[in-house]
Formats: sequence, C-alpha cells, structure tokens
Amino acid sequence: MAIIELTDVHKTFMKAREAVEVLMGIDLGVDEGDFVALMGPSGSGKTTLLNIIGGLDGATAGEVVVADANLDELSNRELARWRAATIGFVFQFYNLLPVLNAQRNVELPLLLTKLSGEQRRRNAQTALSIVGLNDRARHRPGELSGGQQQRVAIARAIVADPPILVCDEPTGDLDRENAEEILDLLQILNRDHGKTVIMVTHDPKAADHAKRVLHLDKGKLVREMAA
Amino acid sequence: MSNFGLLWANLHRHPVRTYLTLLSVLVAFLLFGLLRTLTVWFGSGPAEGASVDRLVVSAKYSIVDMLPISQMNVILGVDGVVAVTHQSWFGGNYQDARSFFPKFPVAPRSYFEMFPELVIDPAELEAFERTRTGAVVPAGMLAEFGWQVGDKIPIEADIWPMADGNRIWEFDLVGTYTTADEGPGGVFLFHYDFFEEARGFAKGTVGWYTVRIEEPDRAPEVANAIDSLFENSMNPTKTATEDEFGKSFAAQIGDLGLMATGILSAVFFTVLLLTANTMTQALRERIPELAVLKTLGFGNPRVGWLVLGESVLLCVAGGVLGIGFAALLAPAATAFLPQFGPGTLEFTWQTAATGVGVAVLLGLVVGLVPAMNAGRLSIAEALRRS
Repeated sequence: MAIIELTDVHKTFMKAREAVEVLMGIDLGVDEGDFVALMGPSGSGKTTLLNIIGGLDGATAGEVVVADANLDELSNRELARWRAATIGFVFQFYNLLPVLNAQRNVELPLLLTKLSGEQRRRNAQTALSIVGLNDRARHRPGELSGGQQQRVAIARAIVADPPILVCDEPTGDLDRENAEEILDLLQILNRDHGKTVIMVTHDPKAADHAKRVLHLDKGKLVREMAA
Repeated sequence: MSNFGLLWANLHRHPVRTYLTLLSVLVAFLLFGLLRTLTVWFGSGPAEGASVDRLVVSAKYSIVDMLPISQMNVILGVDGVVAVTHQSWFGGNYQDARSFFPKFPVAPRSYFEMFPELVIDPAELEAFERTRTGAVVPAGMLAEFGWQVGDKIPIEADIWPMADGNRIWEFDLVGTYTTADEGPGGVFLFHYDFFEEARGFAKGTVGWYTVRIEEPDRAPEVANAIDSLFENSMNPTKTATEDEFGKSFAAQIGDLGLMATGILSAVFFTVLLLTANTMTQALRERIPELAVLKTLGFGNPRVGWLVLGESVLLCVAGGVLGIGFAALLAPAATAFLPQFGPGTLEFTWQTAATGVGVAVLLGLVVGLVPAMNAGRLSIAEALRRS
C-alpha cells in the first residue's frame, strides 16, 4: 500500500525574475515500509523533491498525497501538525540545537505533544537507547563526534514515532565508518521498526542499503533500480 | 524540558551578550525606579514637618526676589493671621562647597515660636537674641563639623558680601537646637539684625515670611487675602502652604516631572535600539535553527511566540532587577533632597507595577518584528541558505 503518492508534480522557482523549473512532472509511489534512495547530480531536484514529500515546500502543480493527506489542501497550521506526527527529518549537517544537550534535542518534537515532562524524558531516553547513545544524553552537540550527532538527530527524528523518515544526505558529512553505522541504523529502523525511509544521497554505497534506488536528472525521474 | 527551558537555553547562547543587554535594561529600569520615586515624592502630600497652620509668603514671580520687611506688619494685620516671622537664603560656604548646609538669618524669638518642633534651651535662645553675631545650629551639625558652643564659625559669602566688601562673615556659636527627626542636615540660623546691619545691599528686605494662621481650614482664604494686599504693589506675593513652598523651592531646578520624562524617554529609546539590535542579531544567527523547529512541527505562531518570549523574558528580568535595586536605593537617596520635601523617598508598589508593565511593553516592542520575521520564515529557503 502506497504511503507516498506523487502525481505529475512540478516545482518552479523564480530566480532573478526568471522561472526555473526544478521538477518536471514527477510521478512516484512509495509503499509503506519501503526504503528508497534518491540519487542524481547536484541541481537535479533531489532535495526539492524531498522537501515536497516532507511538507516543507509546496509543489507548483500536481498532487502530493503522503500518509493519506493531500498536502496541497492543508493549511500552514495543519501542515505543521501533520509534519510533527508523520515525518522524521534527518539532515546532512545534523541541525541540532547547540544550546541543548542530546536528551533535550531529542525531546524537542515532544514539546508539541501532551505528554508529561517525565514521559517526554523517558521517550527521549528510549530513542537515544535505540541509536546507542544513552550514555551521551547530557552532552551538547559540540561535545559529540559527527557520527554521534547524526545518531542524536536520528533519535530526534524517531522519538515521536512518525511512519516516515526523510533523510537528506544523512552520511554526506561523515567518514566511511560512521556513515556505515548510520546507514545500518536506518536499515534497522526500516526493517525492525517498520519506518518508511526516503533518503537523498550522492553515495552509491549508501544507496546500496536501500530497497529501491531512484535516479533524478534535470527534474525528471530517469530510472529506477531495485537494490 | 519545557518551552520555558527552550527560551532560557536560547538566552544563554551568548552569555556575555545576553548579560550585557540585561545590564543595560537593568540600568534603564534602575533610573526609571529612582526618577519615578522622585516624581511621586514631588507630587505627594505634606511632609511630616510641614504644618497645616503655617503659610509661606514669598515673592510672586521668583523665589530669589526679596520682599520688604515692611510687609511683615501688614501681614500680621490680616484677619486670621496670629504670628509672622521671616527668613532669608544666605547661601555661602563653610570651608568648601562640598560641606554645604543652608544658612538663614532669622529673628530668633519669633522664629522659634513659629516652629515649636525646633527645640532650644531657653538660656541659649536668650544668648542668641542677645548676641548680634550669634548663631545656633542643630545638635547633629555640631558633631558633624566638630564644633563647640563658643566657637567662631567663618562663612564665606557668595551672594551677600558685607558692606565693606569683606566676604567672610564670622559668627559666634551660642547654642544648639534639636529637630523632630534627629536626622542629618538642618539649618544654620543666625541673627537677622547682624545680617541687616552688615550686608552690602538690599537692606530692609527678607527672603520670605512664615505665617501662622488661626484656622487651618481658612488657609486658602487667608493666602488670598495676603496676596491681594500686595497685588498692585512693587512687591507682589505668592502665599502657599509650607508643603507647596517646599516643592516650589525644589522646582527651582526645573520641572522635575518633565525632566524625568525626558531622561527616561531618551534612556528607553536607547535601550530599545540596543535590545532590538541584539534580538535581530540573535535571530539572524538562528535562522537555520528556527527552520529546524518548524521542520519538527513547530507552527509559525509558536516559533514567533518563542522569539517574542525571549525578548520579553530578557526585558522583564532586567526590569525586575532594576526596579529591585531602585527600591533598595530610594531611601538612601533621601539625603540629597531639599529640606522642605515630604519626608523620605518612598518606593511604591505602583512604581514597581508600572516598571514591570513598561518592561513587558518594551519586550513586546523589541521582539515584535523579529517574532514576525521568525513566524514568516520559509523552511525550505532557510534550510537552503544554511
């Protein structure tokens, strides 16, 4: 059953008063529990497509249905709530808040829930234990390695138990060893926890961890390979 | 962690910057608290020492204008007036200007009869009357300057040189008197006859009259009666209660309310710019983080409130600290007040509440634009820029 369905999606940006079409008629279906890698050269529209799927940006034309919600029909407020409940984001540069320790960074999405403070702390600890960082809960991002920071970011992405993880170059800033650890972690989350994972990557070895690999070029899906 | 915890953590991102901003807000509100207290003091009721059955008659247009002593008997004849005495501002310095205290030439007996709260030994009052160069001082002043009865006290005149051009007036200390509050300060009193005889100009004049009336309820009527007597003379008068006179005396330095408002407006405008600049800079640095919060599901209003909350928290914290320090310092500032005011400076709850209200308002004004910008931030655009 498709959890993500994109139909004839177009995205146009205005640059210096000129319309630049970044996505040109994307049709895409992703089943629940799938692990999809999006590959393609720089400027091919990978991140834009990921942003549209994650509800961070809107399509100029076409239909985007994710987890039974037609994103075009949601107001800003509804979209924010939908994101909080449905999507976990993992970025290339981790994007943790430097003033908060690991535990508090992970707790952030739970501030939007009605959970008690104690329950929020417990859930954050559970998420940190899943990524193997319970012992670093009190450390701030600046006191953690890149791989550890990315694991904290993954814990933050899963703490509210969203069905979909959207990952934008999650290993782009890591060495091979740490990259492998992160990819293994994403695989575990996909396989054992049933998360649907959409991952943008330039790295063919990273793409090997996915079940499907989609290639995007000049705003179009040009080919698909099963991993 | 709570939303407040998030606010608090964000404020500690650059502790030096935050604490310097906090300090500037604190100083602004310290000034606010003290000036507000002064303004309240200035507009408050009569002093404990100010009597309701005493009026002060001074020159109509300026307190520095002298009045002819011939007016004294005329005033004494006004219906409702039971006693009159006079005083004059001598100025002058003992040793140097830093050890300033007021000095009045007075008519000894009528002065002490007019002010029964000033207690003097009858023998010393007699000595004061008898000695043309005599002077009496509050007991506290004796200790303050290490004087003893019998000492000669030289005062250098700044307004009133002697007829021979000599500026050093020498007084014989013949006694002391006590005041009701036993506090520091007080007036150095000397014999008017000596002053009248020795001064170089304006002979036959006094600074102002103090008038005791029979019925306090008739004060406005008696005051009008006195002023109407001199309305068309060369020396028109203005008669007021002691309390009003004290305030008009202090008002010689200007309209305190207007000055306080002017100073506070300038201070708050500066603090507004400073804090707004800090908040804008903080926001600019955190655009990617705010975008991340929105990515996690924080809605536009919530992100805006977080930014606004930081600004309000900073201003209220600085405001409360500043107001707190003002409350502690206000009583100590009483020593700098003019003699006739309504007692000590009292920091009121109204001042505190107004201060906190202004702090909240300042926080809202400072944070409004950054909050709106944060709320409007496009996630995709902000993430692209980061």
